[in-house]
Amino acid sequence: MQALVIAAHGSHLNPDASNPTYAHADTVRETGAFDEVREAFWKEEPHFREVIRTLESDEVFVVPLFISEGYFTEQVIPRELRLEEWDPDRWDSDGTDASQATLEADDVGKTIHYCGPAGTHDAMTDVIVQRAESVTEDPNVGEGVGLAVVGHGTERNENSAKAVEYHTDRIREMDRFDEVEALFMDEEPEVDDVTDFFESEDIVVVPLFIADGYHTQEDIPEDMGLTEDYRLGWDVPADVDGHRIWYAGAVGTEGLMADVLLERAADAGADIGGALEAVRDEVTLSSETDRDAGSEPGAEAGD
Amino acid sequence: MSVTAAEFQSLLDAVDTESGIDCDGLRISREDGAYILATPDGVRTGLDEDDLEQAIEPIAEYVTNWHYWQQSVGGEGTARRAFLRWCERAPLEDGGTDADDHVGGEDTDARVTSADDESLAVPLRYDALRDGVDREWGQLCITARLVDDVDEPAGDRVYDCWHVDDADTDLTDLEVYDDPLDAREIATYDEDGRYRPLKTAPTLVSGWAFTGLSGSELVETVEFFYPATVANWHREQRGALDIDHWLETAERQTGIYDVIDELPREAVDWMAEACCVDSQCLRRREWQYEEGDDLDVDGGDGTFPCREPCSLVVAAARKWTILESEQEHSYELELTTSEFNQLAELIDAVAEGRTDEIREADVNDGANRFRARYLRAKRFDEEGSLEARERRDD
Repeated sequence: MQALVIAAHGSHLNPDASNPTYAHADTVRETGAFDEVREAFWKEEPHFREVIRTLESDEVFVVPLFISEGYFTEQVIPRELRLEEWDPDRWDSDGTDASQATLEADDVGKTIHYCGPAGTHDAMTDVIVQRAESVTEDPNVGEGVGLAVVGHGTERNENSAKAVEYHTDRIREMDRFDEVEALFMDEEPEVDDVTDFFESEDIVVVPLFIADGYHTQEDIPEDMGLTEDYRLGWDVPADVDGHRIWYAGAVGTEGLMADVLLERAADAGADIGGALEAVRDEVTLSSETDRDAGSEPGAEAGD
Repeated sequence: MSVTAAEFQSLLDAVDTESGIDCDGLRISREDGAYILATPDGVRTGLDEDDLEQAIEPIAEYVTNWHYWQQSVGGEGTARRAFLRWCERAPLEDGGTDADDHVGGEDTDARVTSADDESLAVPLRYDALRDGVDREWGQLCITARLVDDVDEPAGDRVYDCWHVDDADTDLTDLEVYDDPLDAREIATYDEDGRYRPLKTAPTLVSGWAFTGLSGSELVETVEFFYPATVANWHREQRGALDIDHWLETAERQTGIYDVIDELPREAVDWMAEACCVDSQCLRRREWQYEEGDDLDVDGGDGTFPCREPCSLVVAAARKWTILESEQEHSYELELTTSEFNQLAELIDAVAEGRTDEIREADVNDGANRFRARYLRAKRFDEEGSLEARERRDD
């Protein structure tokens, strides 16, 4: 038997922070690729600490639903899962290319494949593009359009910026959008000045965040000038300095994220059969019927 | 109740392949080509296949019981199986050997064969299952019953799950569900629509029922309401609960929670009294300050154990660690006796979560909103603080 554990931050204050985790877990459940699928959290239950013991499977694939390698993926999650043999060197990563490490969980005697975070997987690039498609409701969006990928920046973790730049470079190489730029909240180039960095009239802005929250639903819309007050909402697209800005919310809420989780597990050796195709079909179908821009508040930051 | 041909065949297969059957008092083995059948009522030997088929007819319940547990439920040694057996008051099986493999240094003596004094033998259990066997798990009421469907094997069980407060409510008055995933949504908000960050808080809303669940669906449902409680309960049943006491948990923390191991010893008692009692959490606290240094507060009477301070306690401990690092001072302020007592009433009302229950016009209650507003109007200064002077003795 094999199990998938999706390890996410969660929140003590905001019930919506775990929505993307549950949604992606349910998508994977639907595929039947794993005998067991569990959500696990730092701030909710089951906690990282106690999730593995709830599984009957001997082989467990743990995929952190985090944007970048850093404090949570390198220290907190392995420690709380009791992966005694863990060392960040086991990922042999320069900040964006962790794949997986195979370890034993001390309390249960199971094989744990500890995967790199969802946010740095190559498939995440496709999710960003998918988000651009869904926010513009244009499956061919690209020509005449600029794309800004927005990250937190280096304030807390230098790998956070690396992940943003990594996907930005990959999308640029696709030669699909006229312009592709990486912008940040707390360092240059700053998202506040988004229109300075683009010549295209239409700019799609995709925040590389897992869940919607203070940053994606309050800070960024106000900083970009989409709205005076986030509580009043904003138009999609919104006119700013002669540009049209297409902005929804955290890319982590995009249905195709389930695909990234599956790919992470498959890279680590999970037998997922035809699950990837099933998810892609499902996501394509649902994105045609559901154009929910989504504007929900999110996790508390900083802990 | 009778044994179907298919059940009989799988019984024969099991006797051959698993070198005999031993389940809840039913024992069948084969020696020198003849079957030996034993139940608590007696032993019969020298049976051929036809004899055996006749012999099990009057004890069909033992056979369908075996079929349910071995063929439908399976999962020997798992928490799921142990929990389902607990649900119908079946004797709990020995899980000690499984624990031995994984838990070093703990008390792994196989102490549990029947942890439940009220466990029932098969015929009595079947009588009870026809009416439905009720169990409580936190605020959940779980009913195990025999399937009432001619298309299903005669011994198959189904499970219903609802809120203990709805035990006497008619099913038609409840919102009925059959998908375990729906439990997640129900567990998210309390009856005032507030987020429940602690799943084991005694604030689960009522008004719903899950009916006709299979065994695995029941466990899945229970785990969405109370994550990891079944696994930890099962470990405890086997004498293998791995408790992490306060100090171990605190010292493990990093980042912004690195400080919590500095929380004073006595403050950990206050914290447990604030957060970890039955009125606030249904888990039974088994962790102490450290091994050999118990907290003064009672751990509670919950069915399932709490094996380490949860993330809410850790987060709150950070706040208290910072607050406890402050110096104490003496203050002088003017209050009447009643006003002094009113401060206690206010704190008590908030601590017990009863501010919503205080009637608008009940000005006899010190925590009444108008009483509080009056006190504020009278005793606060321009900065919005209690008017008081810090006393300096030097």
